[in-house]
Amino acid sequence: MLDFLKSPVLAVQEFVFLTARTIRNLPVRPHYWRDILMQMDIIGVGSLPIVLLVGFFSGIVMALQMSRALQTYGAVSQTGPIVAITLVREMGPVLTSVVAAGRNAAGIASELGSMKVTEQIDAMRALGTDPIQKLVKPRLIATCVMLPCLTAIADFVGLLGGYFIGISLLNLTSAEYWTGAYRALEYDDVAQGLLKPFIYAIVISMVGCFYGLNTRGGTQGVGLATTQAVVSSIVWIFALNAIITKIFVSF
Amino acid sequence: MPNTDSILRFEKVTVAFGGDPAIEDVSFEIRAGESRVILGAAGSGKTVILKTSVGLLRPDSGRVFLFGQDITEMKEQDQFDLRARVGMLFQESALFDSLNIEENVAYPLLNQKAVNCPEDQVHARVEEALTFVELGHTLEKFPSELSGGMRRRVGIARANVTEPAMVIYDSPTAGLDPITANNIMALIVKERDVRHATTVMVTQRFQDGAIMARYKYDRATETLVAATPGDASIAGLKFLVMKQGRLVFEGTLAEMEQSKDPYISKFVLRN
Repeated sequence: MLDFLKSPVLAVQEFVFLTARTIRNLPVRPHYWRDILMQMDIIGVGSLPIVLLVGFFSGIVMALQMSRALQTYGAVSQTGPIVAITLVREMGPVLTSVVAAGRNAAGIASELGSMKVTEQIDAMRALGTDPIQKLVKPRLIATCVMLPCLTAIADFVGLLGGYFIGISLLNLTSAEYWTGAYRALEYDDVAQGLLKPFIYAIVISMVGCFYGLNTRGGTQGVGLATTQAVVSSIVWIFALNAIITKIFVSF
Repeated sequence: MPNTDSILRFEKVTVAFGGDPAIEDVSFEIRAGESRVILGAAGSGKTVILKTSVGLLRPDSGRVFLFGQDITEMKEQDQFDLRARVGMLFQESALFDSLNIEENVAYPLLNQKAVNCPEDQVHARVEEALTFVELGHTLEKFPSELSGGMRRRVGIARANVTEPAMVIYDSPTAGLDPITANNIMALIVKERDVRHATTVMVTQRFQDGAIMARYKYDRATETLVAATPGDASIAGLKFLVMKQGRLVFEGTLAEMEQSKDPYISKFVLRN
């Protein structure tokens, strides 16, 4: 009767095993530093242009929307603090992670999926290399290092977007905007804003690797794995965001 | 107990996918210096045998011994040193797309701990292996820049660069034109006779096996010449025939050609 649950439960079990094995292997040699640096370049530097654009325009939109509501109460000067808190706590981590999921979970799944269907993963194993060490670990480390950095950059660029609206349309002074934004942020906000992308980085890289390594059925299978990786990682990002936010709000 | 000179031994091995056996109750043994040609129709379990031989697939029942060691339940990491003694050519070559030809062939030298090749010797050994397959000029190229036959030859170079004790070829001529296929077979015979490695080849083409059984490499003329019945090159060569996951025949070329079994004789005649 519950046969339909077998497949998803098995997938979750395999995902947990893969993640546990990768984390357990983090300190184990060999460390493929060249692959780690290459992945940091692909994931971090490669995602930078789109993260800059998304961050900047998010800041603009947020400042415009907030200023409208704040005008009602004559509190336009609070635009800086509100943009800062919203960006650092929520929008920065989530938007950057969604962009990274679309770009990197897809990239990882399609690359590993292609390697799987062309027997390159089997060849790697036959040639004495553990695919988890060579393929999964570098992607996990690179994403965990680069995503918080990208988020910090997106936050700053978003604040610049808000500042652009503040001085050009809302008649705020630079001091008013930046002092308000700086004072509004507490250590707790920054911690939350960096912890979230770190956790989402684990999700994005592991989901990409999981679907890539489990690809079956040729090029069609690669396409399916790529789609599944993007959809799953985005759903997980939003679900985890709700849980983490609840935890931070409670304490 | 397996023999000390046993290279590969299957004992009643069954491998199943989703409950359907891909190979069932398969037993055979290959000793040092011997060769096997595994024939069978598509889906008969030939590739599964090869992958199970080096631990890429785990048996559902039965036992697999590689170089005398039981690898049936051995951890993957513990198998790496054993795998370093096996060279493998995959069906579609399985060259790494992101690496150039030199890096592809150097991969086993640099990544197999048991090979222990000093870094300053890697380039020379790669060049030597590629020159052996007449592709010494392709070091800087990427796999996508080579033809199917050339990729297969690079795969042969990668499988042999560490001079392994056993070399496994999975359908080395599949999808190639007859001239290229014959060139590939000539290289396989050359590798076998120059290095005296145990050779296992999976193929659908009987004539590939017949080349291995009838010819030897002559160093003086650097060509293949007809082998005589007493030649060491072909003395230990046997054919295994797979049918729907079961091993239905094991014997010499002559025994295979004389077989009255409809499946085997049809196989021989068709080719």
